[in-house]
This record gives sequence, structure tokens and C-alpha cells, in this order.
Amino acid sequence: MSAGSVHEFQQSLARLDTASTVVSPDEFETELKDIIETPAVGAALPFDDLSLSELPVQLEPSPAQLREAVTGVTGARMSIASLGTVAVESRSQGDEFVALYPEFHVVVVRESDIRATLSDAFTWLRAEFEAGRQSLILATGPSSTGDMGALVQGVHGPEQVHIVIIRDNESQ
Amino acid sequence: MSESTRPKADRIRALLETESDEIKGNTRLFNAARYDAVEAVGEETHEQYRTRAREIKEESIEQLPDLTDRTRTAVEANGGTVYIADDAADANRYITTVIADAEADSVVKSKSMTTEEIDLNEAIEADGYDVWETDLGEFVIQVAEEAPSHIVGPSLHKSREEITALFEREFEPDEPLDSAQKLTAFAREFLGERIDEADVGITGANFVMAESGSIALVTNEGNARKCASIPDTHVAVAGIEKIIPSIAELEPFAELISRSATGQDIPQYLSLLTPPVETPTIDFDHEDEPSFGNSDAERDFHLVLIDNGRRSMRQDDDLRETLYCIRCGACANSCANFQSVGGHAFGGETYTGGIATGWEAGIEGLDVAEEFNDLCTGCSRCVNACPVKIDIPWINTVVRDRINRGKDPGFDDLLVDGLVPDEEESGTPLRKRFFGNFETVAKIGSTTAPLSNAVASSDVARKAMESTLGVDARRDLPAFKRTTLRKWARSRDSHVVDPVRRVALYPDVYTNHVQTERGKAAVRVLETLGCEVVVPDVGGSGRAPLSQGMIATAEDKARNVAKSLLPYLEDGYDVVVVEPSDIAMFRREYEKLLPTGAYERIDEGSYEILEFVYGLLENDGDIDALPTGDGAGIAYHSHCQQRTLGLESYTETVLERLGYDVLTSDVECCGMAGSFGYKSEYYDLSMDVGETLAEQFETAADERTIVASGTSCMEQLDSLLSPGTRHPIELLDPVR
Ligand code: SF4
Repeated sequence: MSAGSVHEFQQSLARLDTASTVVSPDEFETELKDIIETPAVGAALPFDDLSLSELPVQLEPSPAQLREAVTGVTGARMSIASLGTVAVESRSQGDEFVALYPEFHVVVVRESDIRATLSDAFTWLRAEFEAGRQSLILATGPSSTGDMGALVQGVHGPEQVHIVIIRDNESQ
Repeated sequence: MSESTRPKADRIRALLETESDEIKGNTRLFNAARYDAVEAVGEETHEQYRTRAREIKEESIEQLPDLTDRTRTAVEANGGTVYIADDAADANRYITTVIADAEADSVVKSKSMTTEEIDLNEAIEADGYDVWETDLGEFVIQVAEEAPSHIVGPSLHKSREEITALFEREFEPDEPLDSAQKLTAFAREFLGERIDEADVGITGANFVMAESGSIALVTNEGNARKCASIPDTHVAVAGIEKIIPSIAELEPFAELISRSATGQDIPQYLSLLTPPVETPTIDFDHEDEPSFGNSDAERDFHLVLIDNGRRSMRQDDDLRETLYCIRCGACANSCANFQSVGGHAFGGETYTGGIATGWEAGIEGLDVAEEFNDLCTGCSRCVNACPVKIDIPWINTVVRDRINRGKDPGFDDLLVDGLVPDEEESGTPLRKRFFGNFETVAKIGSTTAPLSNAVASSDVARKAMESTLGVDARRDLPAFKRTTLRKWARSRDSHVVDPVRRVALYPDVYTNHVQTERGKAAVRVLETLGCEVVVPDVGGSGRAPLSQGMIATAEDKARNVAKSLLPYLEDGYDVVVVEPSDIAMFRREYEKLLPTGAYERIDEGSYEILEFVYGLLENDGDIDALPTGDGAGIAYHSHCQQRTLGLESYTETVLERLGYDVLTSDVECCGMAGSFGYKSEYYDLSMDVGETLAEQFETAADERTIVASGTSCMEQLDSLLSPGTRHPIELLDPVR
């Protein structure tokens, strides 16, 4: 399975009208704070060393908070450089709702979790399925439709997506 | 026009006036995006995915009973339920019971053609529940109370203005909904509320993975994600054919499905769900409670797998491959007829486009398939578009054959002399026989030419042909030549000594009886390039009867062709064919009509004329012996079946090497498609399809010679632009 480059990932995201920012783990909180538009909701990140607890992000929100939130923050344990895709897992922390309701979806990914291609992503997926983690969405860009006579972004899912890429420690 | 065909003609004319513009715009956009996306990923890579996807589908359908059992085991182990429904009523009964058990008030759905197939919404509503389609395209047709016009884009026949008018009428919003943005925002809010309130969410499943009991959903809007996660109860409905072994087998489909459908490398959302999912349940009745309302509800999951005719299709050697279909809509988008009329003409109860014939024949029956099956002209442009390599034209041919027989059990198309209306025959079989037996018509036509031409084109004869055979009087009839190509060839001496190749030039019915000039040009060009040429006595390829669904006759013809040509091939001759629809028979359809050995020998040993010339030039053939183009302009329309075989580039290259400036059309088909354009109820459609080609050539027509490889295309271009369309080989003719 080959790792994907941050550069290619960002190029793919640009093609999808999706913004991206590359930060070091130290800058993570300050950068994320700038990106988030409040009110924001989030799902606890699936990474040991990164947390949303110091940020103005409501974790485990109420249904009302979920509906009112402008931003939803989730973490993705896998992303695909060639496509600009990120994984949204069906976790008990409610990633799926947080990623769907607010119009702005901010996704935190780690550089080391970027796979090069869909084929590499499938290698990862097979291992995940093997390990019993078998529900997730591969999300690519904002939700969109052509059903109303022209391409429109922001249908039942987010209208805008921003990917925050955390540099690996060693590459600082 | 006969009374039986008039309603069909009127219906087509009405659709050409109302829905055609939108359908054309949208399908062509998808079609062009598909070509671009395939090119971007690389033809070869794309081909590898197709091959793998095909293998997986073949194996999965083969192992279906076992995969079904494994699916049940896995889903039940996960805590869900599997129900196998024999038919629509059985499925609806089960699903409405689930809804009742959930004590539901309302139900939301994401897009699923299979639930359209079983008329699930009607069943749910009949039991007193509200049901809302949340895919915007489905929502539009639900509000409009119409049927889907396309497998992927159910409402793509509707313009933005029509949707605005529809929504403003139905919902009386405070603000005008006069843009796609406003319409989308309105629908999002309206449906968002419906989803939050709903107790049951129904989705389809593009794939079911047996090993883990998972489903895959391919969507762009996000509604399927909501329908699967917000209501506590999730019902996924899919045909039994959707099962594949595991996540490992999903990969080629993940690569193919969106690229084939809309030209996307991957859908916006590829959901892989193994319900009941970990996502917590959500309770909007406690909207201020943290943790999504602190709901203690359990998730409930039902996978409903529907047979509804599929197990019989699995046993049917010809319909079986319909079950490999992943419903991407590429066959519809690449179809010239579909682009003009859409699924409201080219479709049955549920399914639309070329593959609909297989689905509707298998699920609803031949009578439903019969209503639209004629719209497949066998142009074969969908064949390379299909991500799972389904031979869609063949399915249409087989179903046509069954319809012929079903309509008239005594119809034995081997008795080909039924040219003269026989007493008890009337309607379709007679006309099909007329077109199917064109070879006999041509033989008589040549023998009695020019009298036959004069008689046939007389007003009286044209009227009679229109009322008895449905041959549109606005079409010019082919003029038969008294001296056939074979007769001409027999009367001359060939002078080639020490030939580089020996060629058996196949005298197809048109080249032999009608377009003899292109046959003569072919002989002279081949001789000029050092070939010995014979024009053997070989009958029709079977293309004409095959296109009418007369498979037995076509088989008979194929065997005769093989009997005549195989000795030449054994003797070291190459078979060269002028008419593209006949080389396509030899290379494609003969695989179905002949024993493998004979098919392979003919397939390997036969060439399209310009393909062969190209080969000669590549092997030291003397291009200087041919007249040059001197920069003259050509507008070239290749032939649909020729393009499917990848043969158009030889013509372009040879003409360019000779110094011509070549402009090539990029339409899928000229619209004539053999006999199709002659049939009175399809005349308007045929001309509408042709119009796009005419537009591409119109501006160039003054400076460029119009050149086409196929007989039908030449006839169509003659009637659309001006007479005088030529076959490319005529430009190479030393005595032109
Ligand atoms: S037949 Fe092939 S091209 Fe047509 S919808 Fe099915 S998978 Fe797509």
C-alpha cells in the first residue's frame, strides 16, 4: 500500500472546490480555530494526540445544536490523494450526523493516513473490514445535485468542505 | 402509416417536442463526461476494471444461492434481518409490516429503481403512511406524479423552468423558486424536515457484500446517508442480483460506476454500511438533550432481497447477463435514439434505455418490452460503454425474436419467401419479414431493374408500401443496379501477377445490388496495391434478418456465409468487407451464430476495406499509386458498428496520409440504422437523430466532400444534406 503525497491530495481537493490547510501538530488548535465558523459541533477525533476539547466545538451535541451548527468537525483515519476523498466513519461519537447536518464540514486528516489511490484505499478497507470496522462513507467534495436544472452544491449534506492536513511529526 | 403504428408515431412526435431538448442536453453531457473520464484514467486501465467487474458478476450470479445464504448469515449475526421476497406483492407486504411494527407515521426514501419496480410507494400510501422521496430527482417526479425517464437521473427530462412552475404550484412558497439554487434550498429544507420526522428510512443498495452483510450506496446528494442513519429503522431494498462476495470484490465497481454514469472518478458519497451501524440513534423530540437527544432506541435493520423474475432470468442463457447490470445509465446516454426521446418512449414500467429490454422482459414480460424494444437499432454504441460488458444489442435481438414468435406462433422466419403478403399474415411479422429478407428484395430488384425501381418509387407503390409495410413514403428507396458487382467482376479480367495478397471481396447485399460503385472502387484500389481480387458468390451476412429479431434466419445466413468463405480462408485469402454492418456481423454477432471454430476463423481473417488498405500501406504498399487528396476537405462520418469495433481510425489515417483534411463527426449514430429510418412511425425520430449529424456537417458541407462508410449513413446524409455522399474507398479509386 503506498502513501499519498500531501501535494497531490491538495491538488485533488482544489479540483473539487475544497479548501485545504497543512499544519503541524503544534499549530493544529490555533489554525482550526481560525477555520471554524461558530456555532460548531464535532465528533471526538479518532487520534490519540489530537483533541477538539479546547476548541469552541460542541461534542455530543443536542439535536438542536446539531441543526443550528454552521460547522461540523470530524477526523478521518484515511484519505485518498488522487481523488481528494476522506473517510467518515459510523462511530458512536456521531461523526455521520456531524458531517451531514452543518453546511460546512471540516475534516482533520493526518499526513501519514493519506493513501495514494483508490486501490490503496481498498487495501486499507479490507484490513478495516477484517478488523470488524465495517461502516464508513468515502466522501469526496461537497454534496451536489444536478436535478434542479443546474449543478448545485449543498444538498442534503455540506455545501463546503475544508480539509486540515496534520503534518507528520518527523517531517517538521 | 398503418393504424397500428400511428399512436406510437404521435407519442414520439410529442416527446420530441416536449422532453427532447432536456434529455439531449443532459444525456450528452453525461456521455461526453464518460468519454473524458475514461480517457483520463486510460483505456487500458478502464478495460481491466471492466474485465474484472464482468468476472465478478458472472461468478456472483453463478454462486447466487450460496451468496444469498452467506448474506443472511452475516446480516443476522450483525443483528439485522434478511427477507427474500418472491415478487413485488411479497416485498411490499413485508416492508409495510416492518413499517407498522415500527409504529411509524412517515417514511423517507432514497433513490432506488428496485422500489420503483415493485411500486413500493403506492403500497406504503395504501396503508396510510406518508412516504417521501428524498433524492431531488425522485422528489421532482414524485411531486409531478410521473415515471422516471432515466435510470440515474429520473427527472432529467424536466427543465429548471418546469420544476419551478411545478413547485410553485404545489407548494405555494413565499419566495419565488426561480433558480436551481433556490429550488435546491427549498427541497433541502422541506425534505430535511421530513427526514428528521421519519421513523423508517428506506434505501436501495448498489451492492450487497455477503461476507460481512454490508451494503454499498452510491450517491451525490447525501440523502441516502441521512435515510440510513436518522430514522431508527433502516430498510434496504435490492434485487437479489446485487450480491457480491465481499469488500474485496467491490473495488472495480467503485472505479467504474460513477465514471460510467456521470464521468466522475468516484461518487460524492460511497457509503459502505454494515447495519445496524454504530452511529447513535437521534431523537428530535428531545431536541435540547445532549448526545443527540439521549435516545435509548435500538437500531433496526432489514435487508429485503427481491426475486421478482430474477431467478428465472438467471436460468435463461440469453437474459442472464441483464443481471450483471449495475444501472449506471451509460447505455442510455450513449444511445442516439435515447438522447432524442428519453425513457418515456425508450423504457418500460420502470427501466429505461437499451438494457430496459432485458429487465422489463424478465420482470414484467414480453408485452412490456415490446412497447419500446424496436427503439434499439442494434447500433452497438452502448457495448463499449457498459462497465460490465453486457451485449445489450444482443439482448434486444433475442427479445425481439421472442416477441415475433410470441405474436405469431406459426411465424417461422426460415420460410423467407414470405415477401409477398401471404393470406393470414398481417402487421409486424410481415414488415419484419420484408426488411429481414432484403436480400431477396434486392435480388428481384436487380433482375428487374430499372423497371423495379420505377415501379417501387411510383406513388401507388409507395402508398401501398406505407400502408402494408409501414415504409415511410418520405424516404427514397434504394435504386437497384441491373449489373451487380459480381456480374461486373465476372466480366472483367484481373491482371495482377505475383499478388502481395489474395483477397475475397465480400459482396454484401448493398454493395452488390445498390452501391456497386463502391464495390468496383474497392476492387480497383486493391488491385492497384498489388492484390488479386475475387468477388465470390456469397449470400447475405444475416444482418438484415438479425436486426428484425429473426435469429434463426440470421443463423442460417451465417452458416451459408461460413460455408462459402471458409474455403477461401483455408486457401490463404483475406476476406475484405465494404459494408461496416457486415464486418460487424463477422466480428461480433457471428460469435453468437456460428460454432466457435468457424467464428474465430472468420473473425481473424476478415477486414474492413480501409483497415485492409491501411495494412497494405503499412506493409510497403505504394501509396503513390493512389490519387492524392491535395489538401481537399472531407467531412467523414464513420459507422456506429464500425466505431464499436475501433475501426474508424483506419479510414481517417489513410485519408490523411493521402493529403485530405479530415473532419470527423462525433455523433453516436446517424439515425438511419438500417431499416429503422424507413419505418414510418420512426421517421421523425430518425430525422431528429440525423439532425445532430447534419448540424456538425452543415457549415462544412460547401467546402468538404461528405464521406460515410455505411450504406444507411450515406442514405441518411443524402437526405439530410444533399445527394452525393461517397464511400471513402471511392476517393482512393484510381479511375475515380
Ligand atoms: S446495461 Fe451496462 S451500461 Fe446499461 S445501465 Fe446496465 S451496467 Fe450501465
